[in-house]
Amino acid sequence: MTAVSFMASRRRALAGWAVWGCVAFFLLNLAALILSVVVNSFGTTWFSGWLPQGFTTAWYADAWKEFALGEVLQVTLGVTLAVVALSLLLGVPAAYALARRDFPGKRLVLLLLLLPVLLPPITYGIPLATVLYKFHLAGTMTGVVAANLVPALPFVVLVMTPFVEQIDANVESAARMCGARTRQVFSRVLVPLLMPGILAAGILVLVRTVAMFELTFLVADADSQTLIVALYSAAFTPGIRAAQAIDAMAVIYMALSAVLLVVALLFVNPTQIVAQVKEATAE
Amino acid sequence: MAAEAPARPRARPPRGGRGGLRHRLAERGVDRVLLLLLPAVLIVGVLFLYPMMYGVGLSLRPKDGGGLLGNYTAFFGDAYQRGTIGNTLRLAVPAALINVGASVPIAYRLRGRFRGRRLLTAVLVLPVTLGTVLVADGLLRYLGPRGWLNRLLLDAGLIDQPIRLIYNYWGVLLSLIITGFPFAFLLVLAYLSGIDPTLERAAATLGAGPWQRARRVTLPLLAPGLATTFVLAFVLAFSVFPSANLVGEPAGETRVMAIAAYQAAFEKYDYSMASTIAVLMGVFELLVISFTLFLRGRLYAGPAMGGKGS
Repeated sequence: MTAVSFMASRRRALAGWAVWGCVAFFLLNLAALILSVVVNSFGTTWFSGWLPQGFTTAWYADAWKEFALGEVLQVTLGVTLAVVALSLLLGVPAAYALARRDFPGKRLVLLLLLLPVLLPPITYGIPLATVLYKFHLAGTMTGVVAANLVPALPFVVLVMTPFVEQIDANVESAARMCGARTRQVFSRVLVPLLMPGILAAGILVLVRTVAMFELTFLVADADSQTLIVALYSAAFTPGIRAAQAIDAMAVIYMALSAVLLVVALLFVNPTQIVAQVKEATAE
Repeated sequence: MAAEAPARPRARPPRGGRGGLRHRLAERGVDRVLLLLLPAVLIVGVLFLYPMMYGVGLSLRPKDGGGLLGNYTAFFGDAYQRGTIGNTLRLAVPAALINVGASVPIAYRLRGRFRGRRLLTAVLVLPVTLGTVLVADGLLRYLGPRGWLNRLLLDAGLIDQPIRLIYNYWGVLLSLIITGFPFAFLLVLAYLSGIDPTLERAAATLGAGPWQRARRVTLPLLAPGLATTFVLAFVLAFSVFPSANLVGEPAGETRVMAIAAYQAAFEKYDYSMASTIAVLMGVFELLVISFTLFLRGRLYAGPAMGGKGS
């Protein structure tokens, strides 16, 4: 090994360690940050010092009762499942049409579907809330589901289109030759072949909807708010509730969405979705 | 793809009438399959396009009169309101740049196969699940004047008095980095995995060192993906509403456009002004996105998949 290449490999190793060092520093601080919330949610009082004076689980019981978490979770579940079901039901056929046909005005339709993904939710959330209030839909479950459908439906269409493109159209033609009608082609051929994509899109919409704060916040009232909105409302009006109870609720939220994410990662390799989109556009 | 449509057209030449029209439309790709698109387009039209149009119209009808552009002149005439544009961009642009910039070297190191790769990826992605409130609460506790960090630095004698990292710009920026980094990282990792590794090996055969390979081969191929990632990270950071309220200084330094819009709508019940701010938010956001895409157009260096083909 020459001196030059030795120096080069030394420098490369050093750069590698620098990157890992930064990652470790970031993760260490992040862990401390999360831990401080978890510790506080189990602490009795914590005015100063490294740790609270005592530990208790009472704040979790408190949070559950005071914030009516049972009801909130029910609403969250209902809203999320409705959004997932509707966005798949409407989005998958639309993705099929977009993948199989080239028609005048296709670019316009694509733009319409791209905008809700590219604009921050608040920009369309405020006009949408205004319209929903006008039609007395704000504050109802219908209104919350409708608002959350705006980013979810285009998301499903955009994720599903490359999945459909990967299925050979000849498979459908063959099914038709064997006498299958359109409905049967869909239910017996396309849906089974598309299942991985449908599953991926559904799970991603689920995770996104649970985390969607702005839209639900703008159109929901006390009876139709999801967990993330209830959490924010509690955190934003400090003094009324104990800080530890709010932290307990934040930990509950974190646990719930961590479980969802882990489930999602078991079914979906998130890096593959982008790669598939990429292959489709590269052609 | 369109194997079905041109299957039979020549057999029966279109001769006007209903069947002929249908054929001619089918040749252009318009047939009953497009009906499948209708429900989705209708829903997005009713729930997105109509409210947006309604909002634009509403913004042109100021609550207190003052002509078509009354709200817009009022917004730009008021330094407190106008300042929200700068506040938003000062948070969103650096946050997106940092998230994308930090993702590149980390994703680069994580590309190869080694033990613990999946675990490390999962650990880096997991902060997605924290939620803004937990991050905000955590920042307040951990970085607060009596938090662990300040305590540690004080005890070590590195500082004389607690450093101020919360209830200001830095708190919000940190919160945006913690919540936004996993998304950016995941996307960059995906784009990087999509680049054919044989291209780099070919460059190595021609004598390119690691730094040259990264700069002349991988980065140009990654550029389009980086632009897309930046756009999505920017969209995420642009509506910083919850964290700007919780760990920022919502009346001053971190009074972002989202806060101004929310206050106009739900505190002053001036939906017209709120729509105006929402429209302006959209305009400024799309300006940054178009600029990014313009840059991407100039940097584009060809498909990243190489000659894989199969």
